[in-house]
Amino acid sequence: MADRDAARPGAGQDAAEATVTFTLDGREVTARKGEMLIAAAERAGTFIPRFCYHPRMSSVGVCRMCLVEVSGPRGATLQPSCFIEATEGAVVDTLSDKVKKAQDGVLEFLLVNHPLDCPVCDKGGECPLQDQTLAYGPGESRFVEEKRHFEKPIPVSELVLLDRERCIQCSRCTRFASEVAGEAQIDFIGRGEEIEVNTFPDLPFSSYFSGNTVQICPVGALTAAPYRFAARPWDLDQVESTCTTCAVGCRVAVQSSANRVTRLLGIDSDPVNHGWLCDKGRFAFEAVNDGDRVTEPMVRIDGELTPVTWHEALERVADGLRSAAADGPEGIGFIGGARLTNEGAYAWTKLAKGVLGTDSVDAQLGDGLPAAAVLGLPRATIDQAATAATVVLLAGDLREELPVLYLRLRSRVVGGDLSLVELSPQATASTPFASVSLRYRPGDAAGLARAMVDDTASLPAGTDPAALAEARRLTGSGPVVVVIGRPSLAEDGRLVAEAARILAEARPDCRFLPALRRGNVLGALDMGMAPGVLPGRVDLDDARAWFAREWDTVPERAGRDTVGMLRSAAGPAAGGSGDPDPTVRVRALVLLGADPTGDLPDARLAGEGLDGAEFVVQVASSTAALSTRADVVLPAAEAHERPGTTTNIEGRVTRLGQKLVPPGQAWPDWMIAAELASHLDADLGLDSLHGVWDEVERLAPAYRGITRSVLEAAGGDGVVAPLATSGVGISRRSVPGPLDPIAFPGVESVERQGAPPRAGFAESPTAVTTAAVATGGEGGAADASGREDGGTEGDGPPARPPLLGVPADLGAPRVPPTDSYTSRLVASRRLYDRGAAVAASPALAALVPEPPVRVNPHDLDDLGVAPGGDVLVRTATASLVAPAVADPSLPRKVVAADFNLPLAGGSIADLIDATAPVTELRLETP
Amino acid sequence: MSGPPSPSPGPAPRRAGAPPAPSHLSAETVERARELIALYPEARSALIPLCHLAQEQDGWLRPEAMADIAALVGVTPAEVYGTASFYDMLHTEPVGTHLVSVCTNIACLLGGAAELLEHAETSLGVNVGGTTVDGAITLEEAECLADCDRAPCVQVNHRYVGAQTPESFDRLVADLRTGARADEIPRHGTLVRVRRSVGLRAGRDRVVAERAAMAAAQAARAEEAAAAAAGRKEGSA
Repeated sequence: MADRDAARPGAGQDAAEATVTFTLDGREVTARKGEMLIAAAERAGTFIPRFCYHPRMSSVGVCRMCLVEVSGPRGATLQPSCFIEATEGAVVDTLSDKVKKAQDGVLEFLLVNHPLDCPVCDKGGECPLQDQTLAYGPGESRFVEEKRHFEKPIPVSELVLLDRERCIQCSRCTRFASEVAGEAQIDFIGRGEEIEVNTFPDLPFSSYFSGNTVQICPVGALTAAPYRFAARPWDLDQVESTCTTCAVGCRVAVQSSANRVTRLLGIDSDPVNHGWLCDKGRFAFEAVNDGDRVTEPMVRIDGELTPVTWHEALERVADGLRSAAADGPEGIGFIGGARLTNEGAYAWTKLAKGVLGTDSVDAQLGDGLPAAAVLGLPRATIDQAATAATVVLLAGDLREELPVLYLRLRSRVVGGDLSLVELSPQATASTPFASVSLRYRPGDAAGLARAMVDDTASLPAGTDPAALAEARRLTGSGPVVVVIGRPSLAEDGRLVAEAARILAEARPDCRFLPALRRGNVLGALDMGMAPGVLPGRVDLDDARAWFAREWDTVPERAGRDTVGMLRSAAGPAAGGSGDPDPTVRVRALVLLGADPTGDLPDARLAGEGLDGAEFVVQVASSTAALSTRADVVLPAAEAHERPGTTTNIEGRVTRLGQKLVPPGQAWPDWMIAAELASHLDADLGLDSLHGVWDEVERLAPAYRGITRSVLEAAGGDGVVAPLATSGVGISRRSVPGPLDPIAFPGVESVERQGAPPRAGFAESPTAVTTAAVATGGEGGAADASGREDGGTEGDGPPARPPLLGVPADLGAPRVPPTDSYTSRLVASRRLYDRGAAVAASPALAALVPEPPVRVNPHDLDDLGVAPGGDVLVRTATASLVAPAVADPSLPRKVVAADFNLPLAGGSIADLIDATAPVTELRLETP
Repeated sequence: MSGPPSPSPGPAPRRAGAPPAPSHLSAETVERARELIALYPEARSALIPLCHLAQEQDGWLRPEAMADIAALVGVTPAEVYGTASFYDMLHTEPVGTHLVSVCTNIACLLGGAAELLEHAETSLGVNVGGTTVDGAITLEEAECLADCDRAPCVQVNHRYVGAQTPESFDRLVADLRTGARADEIPRHGTLVRVRRSVGLRAGRDRVVAERAAMAAAQAARAEEAAAAAAGRKEGSA
């Protein structure tokens, strides 16, 4: 596969040595050894028409459109150029009469049964069959016979419809399903003239990746329910952007009409998504269009949220924050921020830490990892993970949490190039192709990690010694990347982070890829939205002097995390033991696009914390996520409504495009922070989006050198922060390659209508040359010396603080041993849950499952409950009755359930205790 | 497939490493299937033999059977369906107890295959591809069956029954319905080739026995017919 070579660093150099030279239409062309003619010709600027060939999938040579004349020892023959490697000395003719006749014939055949219903077909205007028939076809057909008929579109899933009459049997969709997604739920049925693509009877194409088949279909056979008959491509306008539904950072073209997003298409970003998107990312835009949006500032008057002016609302917020800070700035806490752009996150951090002086800011809602670990562990890129010898998965189910990262890793593992070692309390979608799956009970992650690197360490109970030995062997040599996330929300994040720290200590060359799922959570952490850190991946104490130079103030001491803030706000009743500063209670909470009642794993703590807070401000975009406790609501612009930048799990900074005007009076987040500062009689010093970014680049050490011009020049692939140490600087493809209209139809056709995909800032960026890129890159890689810093470094400034390193101690809590009656809870995530994005997207809301509780079969037997029967799950404070099924992948005395999903009998969030290292429970008969 | 497909359209959770146990195929069929799978380096290579096994059990490939096969060889049900639907000898729709195939290639056509087929349609009351209401006979038109010296060539459940005239065809159908030729022609789906695999003695024994029984039955019937013909000749003389 072409992308395999491309993905492996160093493949370029090897291939540069192994080349072949052949003659293409009379001129000498050099190709990589093993490269298919069609790809070699394309790089040489000769386009060969094609339908079935796709650069990200295997060649099959079924459509015959790419026939070329190849002269070899046996004379000139017609050969499919997608299936024939370029060979030394070959003479290839793509324009001969014979080729032209073959193209005429192939297109005449392909159209024998094609209905030619282009005027009512969604693909019309961007259809490879339409376009290539016009360009290469015979113009008319000799066939007068009746065409074959099928029932017009049949749903192959809730999201995708199939019109078999239009299908030309190119096998792109079936190859995608089996090769890329690994879920071959659609296949060719029948043979010859009766062949059709279909599913197994009554078994839908239920894949998280089904939308990709619609995008790569070269005809209108596959259509997506949300886009059917919604628009014509030539009426669409588009902008290039990054999907922030999760933190992978897939590149997308956002296409819109009349200030509504019509659809999202994947753009092929080689280091990230290879053109693929998950269905949640692709279809969640409906929430932006149709979700019940907050359009005006509101203040709660007599219990009702009442629309007011921005001035009134901000005055009210300023008063509330001032009185909450009466005992000290720690009286104010900021929760959330993963929804923000980097600019928004920086502005809010500067407001909280640099104006108000509180360090209690946390973008994660008890479902993430300690910032010190995320920011301090040596970071891997997705490419580095995909090309490592071994990837250790110590995270939730990647297919559920970061779907496209799952695709990237899966393709390498299935191809035999990568070994997967899974450390998880339960089986995941990756288990079937993992080399080793080590099961552990929640709380034992660090012990298991210790056992992996230390032969003398004691094994956690129940560990399979043979599997452990294999895991040691696989991680013993060669590059290792650890994907670290939250296998369970009912297990303290510090316990998992501690496991990563142990691996990092034992294997200093090990790199880490944080599997945090919220949209721009990595950007928010980089911008300092966590207690104990400041923007640019630096420690609060290390960087105090550096930031004090430019900010009004810098917090005196580390603040509370989300759980700490909510516990403090809830008051002594919630048991504030372990609070860093019990003297100053959190009295005001600012919720930045987050609603702890839905997002925090511990629903009871969220409720008590919000009830206990005297003053709650919520910056929100959707009314669905509004807290009933909010005293003031400030409307914020959503994705696609504001420009800016975002940072993905790798630390890759890419630019967001703006395609829509925010509804009503919604503002971009950075602007809200700046205005609020002025109502607090302070000046944030931020008066434009460019200004925010310039300050980030100047002050945040990890973002040094990532100037606007560097970002502009880097294009869609962006750059990985920090430039100096990531080893991945500016993409070699500094000039974006042409979009392939046949591989990814739809993006280029809109461009041809006069709206090229463009990302970025509202104002037009300064023109840059490749020289500027080089300067920017090297400037970041070297030192600040010799660079213009606007004169701020002239007077013996404090030294630029060092980036965070591997943390020495994460303060992981001790897990008390359990008695033999006690089970531990695993709470995992599913892609479609009750979150606001899914709930407000009609196409996705119908897909939310209602899975039962899962129990080890022996434990279920011991209870005397048949699979499917009800069990009573009881913790110290709460209990619920729910149906349970047997899951042999679970260790004994482990109970698994899915977070934020409907569950007959209650919600798993009622059971989770965020203040305990692990949630312990008893399993009983109801 | 254990039970009906999940009502939830989201991807079915793949929890356990082991696929679900077959629930439709009989224990004997599953045992034989596992033997076949063991013959190949890759489990999915046994897909087509397994389809024949399932067809032997049910007479056709039921969706439940395809789901079981998918689990046995580690592919999706859609891939089993896709493969099965490619082959004429694998039936994804119900088939009568006896599948009567009439060859209409050139030699048989010259030997009266078209007339025979027309007669068959009329006498059975079904069109080509149809199954009689009693579920006994399915009529199909076949490409060359490689028995051109006995045109028009007919097969029942993939066993040659020699050249047929309209009259002999009616007798054949009557025999099939009464079960008079059950010793010679097993029910639809039974394919000796599936049992014929190197290294499995049980399979080979069964093949040999099956062949011998069929040959004996055919010989006895031929003898009977010859005797009857001789009797008729004597009588007419």
